[in-house]
Amino acid sequence: MPVALEIVSPEKLLLSRPVDMVVVPAEEGDIGVLPGHAPMIVTLRGGFASLYEGGKVTTKLFIAGGFAEITPERCTVLADEAHPAAELSKAEGQRRLAAAEQAWEAVDKMDVAARDAALAALQVARAMVDAAEAP
Amino acid sequence: MPSLKALRIRINSVRSTQKITSAMKMVAASKLRRAQVQAEAARPYAERMERMLSELAASVAGNKAAPRLLVGTGKEDTHLIVAVTADRGLCGAFNSNVGRAVRTLVQKLEREGRKVKIFCLGRKGRDFLRRDFADRIVGDVSFAGKRRIGFADAEEIAVRITSMLNEGGFDVCTLVFNRFQSVMSQVTTEAQLIPAPPPEAAAAPEAGSAMRAMYEFEPDEETILARLLPRNLAIQIYSALLESAAGEQGARMTAMDSATRNAGDMINRLTLNYNRTRQANITKELIEIISGAEAV
Repeated sequence: MPVALEIVSPEKLLLSRPVDMVVVPAEEGDIGVLPGHAPMIVTLRGGFASLYEGGKVTTKLFIAGGFAEITPERCTVLADEAHPAAELSKAEGQRRLAAAEQAWEAVDKMDVAARDAALAALQVARAMVDAAEAP
Repeated sequence: MPSLKALRIRINSVRSTQKITSAMKMVAASKLRRAQVQAEAARPYAERMERMLSELAASVAGNKAAPRLLVGTGKEDTHLIVAVTADRGLCGAFNSNVGRAVRTLVQKLEREGRKVKIFCLGRKGRDFLRRDFADRIVGDVSFAGKRRIGFADAEEIAVRITSMLNEGGFDVCTLVFNRFQSVMSQVTTEAQLIPAPPPEAAAAPEAGSAMRAMYEFEPDEETILARLLPRNLAIQIYSALLESAAGEQGARMTAMDSATRNAGDMINRLTLNYNRTRQANITKELIEIISGAEAV
């Protein structure tokens, strides 16, 4: 029995199909979701969600942070942004990295929420650059 | 009775007005389709977000340290009203409906002795509300010149509202916007954003309650909730903006359709008038000629 995977961004439903396994980039390390996984709600960092079908990766999507809800039957990824791997551009990633670094310099380090948000943006931008460089 | 020339000029001017209104109707129709597609595309995320939020809200229920976005400040002294309108006019009562709803709300709240602040999204709402409530407007955002509204725009607004909440700028936040019901009708809706109203899904405990207890959270409920709530606020604003954008085009289409029809009626009337006048003139000239000939 496959996992019903859904990847949605605020602007559209990107993907909705059953897969054998999906690896999502959770905040505290990647999580591989197979059918029958324990129900979980996790936060995501920037990175690739890899879809496994027939023993190999068939699709890779870049997820720029968000949430995932996992139940034994399905896995719903609420991505802040999601792009197919082929659409990533290094220039865009670097532009965002520069902006995030600037924001990090400007942020009030005593304000925990703002600091975390800036840090998360920085992580997403770095992951985007890395992802764009990787083949 | 107006002269023939004056009538001809009027007919021509009404005809060119009709051309403009019918062109605007076409444009609104095609923009409406695009806006509807966008609004529909945004719906799955909002639905799933709501489902996740109700899971989370259930598991932190009763926790006193719950985030402000969820439970508010515990007071009801200052209200923030977010009015969503269009940036352009010529769409019937679309904008003034929101304006009127806001005005009634403000008057009601002030009678109860509460302080009111207004945040305007869209140029027309600002222009309308500035007349009566200029001192209560705390900010406005307009999307004039933007081809389509992106999620980033909504997020920016959500950030502004959240920082106002954290500075103690208001206690309760209400969103007033036009919900797109059909092309013909848009319903002015008030939705409370902060504190978040209790999710209705919690009222369905049959199979859900057993499932809910089993969720694991990583990192933990509070952290997830702290990240989820601002997103949820942005999503609600985003979907209100999209609904309003679709409604605006629908309202404009209807308004322009009836304007085109009215112009057509007017052209018919004027043409009739023109023909009568022309005939009367001919008859008059004939009588003059005949009576002139008889006199000779």
